[in-house]
Amino acid sequence: MKNANRIAPMIVMGACTLYFLIPIWWLLVAATKSRAQFSSTDALWFADFALVDNLKELFAYGDGVFLRWMLNSVLYTGGAALLGTVLAAMCGYALAKYRFPGREAIFNVVLSGVLVPFTALALPLFLIFSQLNATNTFWSVFLPSLVNPFGVYLARIYATASVPDELLEAARLDGSGEVRTFFTVSTKLMFPALVTIFLFHFVAVWNNFLLPLIMLGNERLFPVTLGLYSWNTQVNQIPELRMLVLSGAFVSIIPLVIAFLLLQRFWRNGLGSGAIK
Amino acid sequence: MTRKKPLGALLFFILPFGLLFAAFYLAPILYAIKQSLYKVERTGTFGPAREVFGGLDQYQRVFSDGPFWESIGRVLLFGVVQVPVMLGLALVLALLLDSGLVRGRRFFRLAFFVPYAVPGVVAAIMWGFLYSPNLSPFQSVTSAVDLLSADLVLWSMANVVTWVYVGYNMLIIYSSLLAIPQEVYEAAKLDGAGAFRTAWSIKIPLVMPAIVLTTVFSIIGTLQLLAEPAVFRTFSSAVSSTYTPNLTVYSTSSIPNFNLAAAFSVVLALATCLLSFAFLKVTQRGGEK
Repeated sequence: MKNANRIAPMIVMGACTLYFLIPIWWLLVAATKSRAQFSSTDALWFADFALVDNLKELFAYGDGVFLRWMLNSVLYTGGAALLGTVLAAMCGYALAKYRFPGREAIFNVVLSGVLVPFTALALPLFLIFSQLNATNTFWSVFLPSLVNPFGVYLARIYATASVPDELLEAARLDGSGEVRTFFTVSTKLMFPALVTIFLFHFVAVWNNFLLPLIMLGNERLFPVTLGLYSWNTQVNQIPELRMLVLSGAFVSIIPLVIAFLLLQRFWRNGLGSGAIK
Repeated sequence: MTRKKPLGALLFFILPFGLLFAAFYLAPILYAIKQSLYKVERTGTFGPAREVFGGLDQYQRVFSDGPFWESIGRVLLFGVVQVPVMLGLALVLALLLDSGLVRGRRFFRLAFFVPYAVPGVVAAIMWGFLYSPNLSPFQSVTSAVDLLSADLVLWSMANVVTWVYVGYNMLIIYSSLLAIPQEVYEAAKLDGAGAFRTAWSIKIPLVMPAIVLTTVFSIIGTLQLLAEPAVFRTFSSAVSSTYTPNLTVYSTSSIPNFNLAAAFSVVLALATCLLSFAFLKVTQRGGEK
């Protein structure tokens, strides 16, 4: 009886695993194939193992532009998420732990920012940056990516829940300044939340396609997503790009998979407390 | 916190975010509204272009723009089907993971979450290959049904979005299932509730806030569809340059007609806020009864 109960759920789980993983498996297999064998051999199993050659070609093509794209992505997403998390945490913390006039007004304005689709901002941002002659620069993509209203919202919830007022009082009595208390005491208590905010932010910037698409013309400034997109649009004219798009796509997802594996524990816990409140 | 107000610290905490928010959220919105009220006028056919106040001219064009409203209809249809399918699947998987009927939880959780690490553009490129008749590993399917045809390409995209986001939504719902205190279940057990009954009458109502959250994000995501149709244009001629509202904004701004594109942006942002807000209101009323 007990075992019969388990069969249907396990079938569902197994079917879903195939659905989620087969495309990734296919990408892995495709990235290891030579161009000649890509379309002539079984797409879900290995043929000649040409991964190293493919990677060499990928990193050499166009003066090594792919490596440049990967580095750009690290700077845009990692840098913006890290700095953006700190800024959002500071603001959310202040909104949670201090009473001052205009507190609710500020919070409501920030909160309504959550509902504004980022894509509706991309075009006006482009117009503003072009008035300042600053489009097609690193900063035109980096600076707007720092702002994370949802992070402020989460930080406020977490700070309210996890940083007790008594502790702040005690720190004050010990003569610790407000800012020092925040960085030495409060951030430790908020750490799981900060990881969650960081990951949300990271993925949002990583997936933001419109902003770099609109802002950047110089391909050496592209993040890897835009780079792969631009290669993919040229496949019809330059057929050898097809294999590069595939091996590039495979390489591009490795760092994030690793980051998720490492941060999984924090991210799960933090998410739960955020959604329930 | 009734003590003296540490004004310096407050400014230090709030100003950095506040200034960036003002510069990169509030200013662009105001600027888009302003731009949308102007139009470009030329003296003669090739004369110099001047920006003049046009009032609601651009909005008139937006509201009489057939393809734009077709694209809105298209993403609404997409959302009405895709969001419930995706969230339904996410909910079922989260409940199964939480039910104790499944072995290897850690593995499944990870397997379902991996697609979320794939950025939308890359996911669309991958699936574009998988759908292509002569490149796909599933040629028996793709040679019988053209997944990139005008009839099916919207649903092929829906599959890509579902594939990427099910695991993410599942994780949000699953985490809030984990946060339910055990005593609740013990009470249900005493009352003789089975696994299904417990899920339906206890777990689902308790994770409603998480489901609402994921729904709002999904609604916003649906109206923002851009990467998938942009990529699919290279695989299928059925995807036009005005296939989704965002693609319309992008195409209009690269003509370039910034004033009209700004008006499209404003209307789109309003529509998104309105839909999300309406959904929140409706669900809140449902929760009060």
